[in-house]
Order: sequence, then structure tokens, then C-alpha cells
Amino acid sequence: MAYFSQQLINAITLGAIYGLIAIGYTMVYGIIGMINFAHGEVFMIGAFISLIGFMICSFLGIGSAPVAILLVLLMAMAFSAVYGWAVERAAYRPLRGSFRLAPLISAIGVSIALQNYVQLVQGARPKPGGQIVSGGFNLFSADGFDVRVSWLQIIIVVVTVVLMAGFTWLIARTSLGRQQRACEQDMKMAALLGVNVDRTISLTFVLGAALAAVAGMLFLMYYGVIDFYIGFLAGIKAFTAAVLGGIGSLPGAMLGGLMIGLIEVFWAGYFSSEYKDVAVFAILVLVLIFRPTGLLGKPEIEKV
Amino acid sequence: MGVRFPSMLKDAALTAFVAAALGIFIVGFRTVDVGSRTGLSFDYQFADLAVAIVTIFVGRLGLSLTAAGLRWPVVALGVAMIGVGASQLKLPSGFLHWFVALGGVMLVIRGIWPWARGTMTAAAGTPTGLALGQAGTKWFGWLLLVAAVLLPFTPAADQKTMDLAVLILTYVMLGWGLNIVVGLAGLLDLGYVAFYAVGAYSYALLSTQHGLGFWTVLPLAGMMAALFGIVLGFPVLRLRGDYLAIVTLGFGEIIRLVLLNWVDFTNGPAGIGSIPGPTLFGAVFSETPPAGKQTVSEMLGITFDGNHRLIFLYYIILMLALITNLFTQRMRRLPVGRAWEALREDETACRALGINPTNTKLTAFAIGAMFAGFAGSFFAAKQRFISPESFAFIESAIILAIVVLGGMGSQIGVVLAAVLLIGLPEWFRDLGNYRMLAFGLAMVLIMVFRPRGLIADRQPSVRLHPAGSGGGP
Amino acid sequence: MSEPLIEIEHLTMRFGGLLAVDDVSFAARSREITAIIGPNGAGKTTVFNCITGFYKPTIGRLTLSGGEREYLLERMLGHEIGQRAKVARTFQNIRLFSGMTVLENLLVAQHNKLMRASGWSVYGLLGLRRFARAEEAAIGLARAWLERIDLLGDADRPAGELPYGAQRRLEIARAMCTEPRLLCLDEPAAGLNPRESAELNQLLVSIRDVDGTGVLLIEHDMSVVMNISNHIVVLDYGRKIAEGAPAEIQSNPAVIRAYLGTDEEGLDG
Repeated sequence: MAYFSQQLINAITLGAIYGLIAIGYTMVYGIIGMINFAHGEVFMIGAFISLIGFMICSFLGIGSAPVAILLVLLMAMAFSAVYGWAVERAAYRPLRGSFRLAPLISAIGVSIALQNYVQLVQGARPKPGGQIVSGGFNLFSADGFDVRVSWLQIIIVVVTVVLMAGFTWLIARTSLGRQQRACEQDMKMAALLGVNVDRTISLTFVLGAALAAVAGMLFLMYYGVIDFYIGFLAGIKAFTAAVLGGIGSLPGAMLGGLMIGLIEVFWAGYFSSEYKDVAVFAILVLVLIFRPTGLLGKPEIEKV
Repeated sequence: MGVRFPSMLKDAALTAFVAAALGIFIVGFRTVDVGSRTGLSFDYQFADLAVAIVTIFVGRLGLSLTAAGLRWPVVALGVAMIGVGASQLKLPSGFLHWFVALGGVMLVIRGIWPWARGTMTAAAGTPTGLALGQAGTKWFGWLLLVAAVLLPFTPAADQKTMDLAVLILTYVMLGWGLNIVVGLAGLLDLGYVAFYAVGAYSYALLSTQHGLGFWTVLPLAGMMAALFGIVLGFPVLRLRGDYLAIVTLGFGEIIRLVLLNWVDFTNGPAGIGSIPGPTLFGAVFSETPPAGKQTVSEMLGITFDGNHRLIFLYYIILMLALITNLFTQRMRRLPVGRAWEALREDETACRALGINPTNTKLTAFAIGAMFAGFAGSFFAAKQRFISPESFAFIESAIILAIVVLGGMGSQIGVVLAAVLLIGLPEWFRDLGNYRMLAFGLAMVLIMVFRPRGLIADRQPSVRLHPAGSGGGP
Repeated sequence: MSEPLIEIEHLTMRFGGLLAVDDVSFAARSREITAIIGPNGAGKTTVFNCITGFYKPTIGRLTLSGGEREYLLERMLGHEIGQRAKVARTFQNIRLFSGMTVLENLLVAQHNKLMRASGWSVYGLLGLRRFARAEEAAIGLARAWLERIDLLGDADRPAGELPYGAQRRLEIARAMCTEPRLLCLDEPAAGLNPRESAELNQLLVSIRDVDGTGVLLIEHDMSVVMNISNHIVVLDYGRKIAEGAPAEIQSNPAVIRAYLGTDEEGLDG
């Protein structure tokens, strides 16, 4: 019971991080029907920017953790957003009229380029850092096992929930969100009605990138070490989460993230830690084969 | 010109600003490993960043000026930049020399492009131009073939070149195999490397554990890979393009992870070594014969030379690749091959014509997998050691890039693309990891500027009227 | 009057809350041209999609009589309807294989026949005469159709390069190369000028009389519908509101009301 509870807490934490990344995938797919293969690398870059941010903060003598976190958060979000914007502008927008798979191939190229760019400039070795929040408390004890919740885990979940709520409000209530939804439904019509489609799409990428950056920072703080390759794995898992939850659905992305977190942690905890990634990939394959619309998605009708 | 110049400047400044924002943290600040476990410090390299940003500013300005018609001054600027890059001028880092020089090259190309294209189109329109164009690819293909067959006998064939040639041919074969799936049938397979791995491990295990020879295992490896193709393909081939891509990626990763972790079966990350190479009618390529066997030198009555083995391998892969090519050409003229291309064009129409899309796709998938299996077998025999590291996603991406760059469906295109993507970087091996970065950028650039690939024309599989007469290209 | 080639009984198609087709029943015969007409949104293409296997009907039985046996189309997979029941169709937005040549388009249509003849590619790979003969026959059939639609000279051009009217004719020829019992045409006259429409009429009449195929077509162009149809079915808001010979339909008040909203003028041919 205690072991289970601990795994559950860990799973929820991991799931929150995946969920934040998954939102980026699901939003981009919803609006332009494209899998942004490079999204995972934006998460990775967000983690690196956070790492450097924390190092600068300590160098400048900023001792207070909340201040540092806030500064680094804003910095990472802002600069990762530039990456998201730049990638869309340079690698996807020119391909909007091209054949169906062209943006995906381009995205693969971007992903490879970004990975190697960071590897070249920062070095291939894993980089430790960012562990500025420590400590926690025992939830309860049973069977001689302490179930522990760390402050960081609470921060992660709270940040995620707040961002999710803010995002949902943004999409549902603001004019920006309305324009986004309009473009998702019918881009041509939205353009005819005066919506600046290019800007809306750019904004989608920017917001997705910002959220991925938050996930990157939280990942860094939680695991304490990053390298240039984390984007690939986290990216595929987050994409699996987006598909599982229902591609195009925002609550679906969070739900999917949570479920992938649960699957990964529980598989590692109860079966085998080496094959936990296989378990997640297997879920991806199974969902796409049997229920491609996911849990909360809407079935698509083929127009002949 | 005066009116546009400020807006051009603003444009260039904006581009430089974005570049600065992108680079400031990743390029500007570098993490520096200090000590083995605990140490991580950082360092700033603003000089690097500054030069790069200036280059980007100048480059963007140059592009805008070219668009405004100011071509030759920009070309001159480009040449100057190449000069700076190639010179001994002390720039903050070695990489910057290349960066500035490449920026110059880009400006030069952009500057002379309209003139160059005009000249080429004019030349293609002349009678000799037309005749060359039509016969062109076919002749070129035969020329390449003759060159390939004769290569080991030319003086240029030292070990480095032969190694490279074998590597390129391996990728050409893989490209031709994937071409069936992606180029002809239009199925984006991101997990092709899995079938390559199946072939390699089949040979590795069957030869080291059961003593089977290369030629015995070769067809078996192909069949194993094809079987995997059918099993993996059957549930997923009805998925839409991008979903299919991700699922195949997932499959590829699953297989790699299983190979990595199922240590009892595959020896895990340590890999499988001491894989015997292919034999020539039972004779082995080595200096001294193993128990009960002959060496090739003995059998043929020639003195032993380390290169013989390499030359033998070269002809094996050449033969395998040619078989792949011939098979594909044949299939294109058969109903199945035509159905593949029709599926790529419009699956709905195919269904309406009574063609079973799933079976047709499955055929393409399985046949493509089979050739990857053959290639994998060869790879294991050549390397004599394999490990899961060789079968990561990046390989699938490289093979895909070769097919896409070549021009989907074009056989010659794949050869050209393999030479460019594999040959050139190997030649510049000292550039190390910049290869992969350039590779990723190349994929993006190809998609943006020439999505149909190098050889974008399609040759019809059958003609009603003979070629060159009225009624067709 | 021949036997019904295809009988549509109580066809109903529901998409979630939307009732696109509501209890439509009619029949079409061999050697006859049956037209389905009605205002936009009446559900005509939905009926087509149900018949040709792109949608699974919510309710309904679609029986195709093929010689000795009957085919229940609502139970068959999309490609089986073309392959076994021998129902062919064309599309509202032309769906040719644009990158392939005109001739290749017609050969793809003969895929199943050629697959059997090539021994599922084995004879073909071995270069056996058997397959070569079958392919020659297939090219012969393609050639015959190219002559009928006057595209013989364009055989080796990419289909996408043809002018619009030629593409329409090619799509019909391609459907006919599957040697169907029933040919379903979705707005074949869309975008054609009067001369081309007249040529289309000739083509369809020859398909009906010479090939003996039953033709089912959706059309808005009344010069096509009224001139060549043997039988017309009128849909409005997913329901059948009239059925009969052209003359009857032209003067049917319900039809006039559906199209024009008033019952003042008759429909001109």
C-alpha cells in the first residue's frame, strides 16, 4: 500500500510534466494537422536555458529560491518561445502548400539539427544542476516504508494545474482563444472573417513552446541532470500522451500525460525498469491502432 | 531603392535580433564541466555569438538586396565573406570560419541563381539539350554502373575509398529498399532500421551460434525481415500518413530497446562479435586457413592481400543493390507496382477501383523490409560485430533523407543522394558532429526549396506510343 | 424493362444528430440511366457513398444483382464493392492519379484482372508469356476506351496535365475499364460547357446501350438529366419526394417546389 502510494505520487508528478509538453503537440495538431516532431527539442532547450539561468542566478548571488525560480521560469518561457516561433516560421510555414508529409520530414530535420546544435555547443555529457528545492514531508508510513511527498513535487503539480487552468481560460474566454478555435475548425473561413491566421498559428507554436519550457525547467529541478537527448524520448512519450488523451483536446493532453506517467512509473516499479520505455511505445502503437481518436477526441469522418 | 533600404535594414535587424535571442543562452553561455561528478560551471562566449549575429545580419541584408535586384554587388559581398572565412583572420572560434564562408556561398548562389537558371533553361531548350535530357538519366545510370563495376581496378581504389564505396552502396541499397515503401507506395516509414536490425541479428546469431554460412542465412534473413514487416505492418497500414510515421517510429524504438535489454538472447549492449565474413565457394578470406577450410588465396593461387576481402565485400553489396534495383524496376511494370504508385496518388480512388489498399501496402512494406534484411545481413558480415547502437532512429532518418532528397521513386536520385549525404560528410570526417547538424539542416532546406527531390521527373512504367514521338514527354 | 440491377431499400444515414438520408428506397436497372437529382444538401452524395462503400448505412439494404448471385453492398468493404460486386464510381472532385499517365490510369483500373493473370506478380517477375498476353489485352481495352473518349494521342501524358473536360472523360473511362455492372457518376457534367455536356450525353448513352452497364448519376445539369435519363429519383432534405420518367418529374409540383420554392414555373430541359 505504501509502495503503491509512493509510486502514485511519483507518477502524478511525471504525468504533469508530460502533460505540459503534450499540450504543445495537441494544439499544433489541432490547428494545422501537423505533428511537430521538433517540439521535444524545445522542451530540451527550455531545460538547458533553465540550467544556465539557475547558474547565472547563483552567480549573481540570488539566494532566494522562489525569486530564482520565477526569474528562470520567465526567462526559459520567453526564450524557448522564440525557438518555437522561429521553427514554425523557417521550417513549417513555407511548406503549408506542399505535399502532406513535407512538414513532418522538415520537422525531423529540425529535431536532428536542434539536438546536434545543443550537443555541439554545450557538450555531449549529462549536465547536473537546478536542484534548488529540496525537502518534503512524510505523508504516512506503512509496512516500514515512508510515503514521502517532496515540496518540489507539490510545486510541479501546482504549477501545472495553474497553467492548465490559465490556458483553458485563455482558449475559452479570450479573443485570442476564439481565433485559435476558429482556425482549428475552418481556416479558410476564419481568414475570410478577418482572423490573422498566420499570427494565430505562430501564437499557437509560441504558447506550446512556453509550456514545454516550463516542463523543461521542472524536469531539470526534479531529476537534477539533463542532456541533449532528453527531448527525443520525452517528446515521443508526450506525443503518446496527446494521442492517448485525444489529439486536439486540451484536457485530453493533460489526461493523457497523467496516464502515461502512471504507466511508466508503475511498469518500472512493478515489472521492469529497463522496459518502461517499451511499455510506453507499446501504448502508442496500441492506441493508434485501436482508438486513434484517443479517450477524449472526436471521431473524424472521411470526406469523399 | 532609397525607399526600400530602411525597411531592408529593419528586416535584417529583426532577423539578427531573433538570432541573438535564440543564441544568447545556448551559444552565449556555455556549461563547462569542472571535475568529474559535481562540477559544472559556465563560461560566456559572447564574441562567438556576436560574430555569428553580424554574419546573419549581413546575410539577411544581402538576401533582401538580391530580391530588390541588386545582384552583383551582393555576389561580390558573398565572395568577400568566403574570403574572410577562408583567411587566417583570427575569429573567436574555428567554426565561425565555416559559418562566415557558408554565408558567403549562400549569398553568391542567391545572387547568380536567376542568371544561372536562365542559362540552364535555355540550354535545355536547344535540340542537343532536349536529346541529352531524354536520354540523360538512362545513360547516366549505365555510366555509373560501369564505373561501379570497374572501381576496384582503378588506381583510386585504396582502402579508404573502398570502405567508403561499400558504405555508400549499403545506403544505396537501403535507400532503394525504402524507396519501395516511401517513394513508390507513399508510406512514411520511420522505423525502417528495425528490419535492418532483424537482418543483421539474424545473421549474427545464426552464424555464431549455429555455424550457418553467410549465403545460407542471406535468404533467411530476408524472409525474417519480411515476416516482421507483415506482422508490424498488418495492424498499422490503414493509419493515416503522419500517424503511420509515428507508429513505425515506435516499432523501431521498441525493437532497438528489446535488442538492448534482452541480454540472454542478443547479448545486450555488448553486442555480438566474431561474426564470420562471407565465403567464396567455401573458402575464407584470411591469411591462414581455419581448421578444415581453405583460404581464398590458396584456392585461387594468388598471394594474400588484405584488400581482397574488401573487394569481395564490395562486389557482394554491389550485386545485392543491383538486385534490389532490378526487382523494383520490374515491380513498377507489374500491376502491384502500379497499384503502389496509384495508392500514393490517391487511396480513395484506388478503393473505388476495387484495389485492396491494405494488402497492397502490406506487399510494399514487406518487400521493403526484406531488402533491409538482406542489407542487414551484409552489414553484420562486413562489420563482424554488431550492437544495438547501430540501429537507432537516426539511421531511419538518414535513409529517409536519402529517399526524399533523391526524389521519391527515382532510382538514380537515390544513388546521387547517397553519394551526397554519406559520401561528402565521410570525406569531411574531421568535421565530426557538424555532419549531423548539417544533415538536419539539409533535410529542412530540401523540403523548403526542392521538396520533390533532385530527380523530380517520373518515368512512366508503360507507353502506348514510343518515346520521342508525338503524344507524350 | 430489365430486372432491377440495384435495389436500395429503406436507406437511412445518420451522422450523430444529423439525419442526412431518411428512408430512401428506389431501384436502378441495367441498360438504363437513372438520375438522382435534388437541391444541394439533399443527401445525394451520401446515398452514393453508402452504395459505393464509403459510408456504412445506419439502416438499409442495398442489393446488387450480379448474374447468378446477389451482393449486399451494405455489408461489404469499400474495395470489395468495386472488386466483386463490380460497382464503379467517379467523384465530384475528380480523383485521377495525376502524376501517372493517362494510359497508366486505365491500367490501374484493370488491376484485379491483371493481378490474377500475373499470378500475383510471380509470372510477371518471371517474364512469362502468360502475363505479357494479359497485359497486351489490358492495353487493348485501354486503347479502345481512349479512342471512344478521343484521348488516344494523349495516352502518355500525365493525367494531371489534361484539360478539365478531358479529365472528366478519363475518369469515366477509367471506371469503365473495371468492366462494371453499375457505373455511379457523381456530377459528371460539373464544369462542362454545353458542347462538352452534349459529348458527355453521347458517351453515357453509348455506355448504356453498347456496354449494357447500368448508370446511376447525380447531376444538377438538367440538359444532361432530362435528355438521357430513363428514370429520375428526386431527393430533398434526405427524403425521396418523387420518382419517375423525365416528363413526369418535370411537371411534378413537389419537385418544382423543392427547387424553386414556388409552383409557378416548370423545369426546363
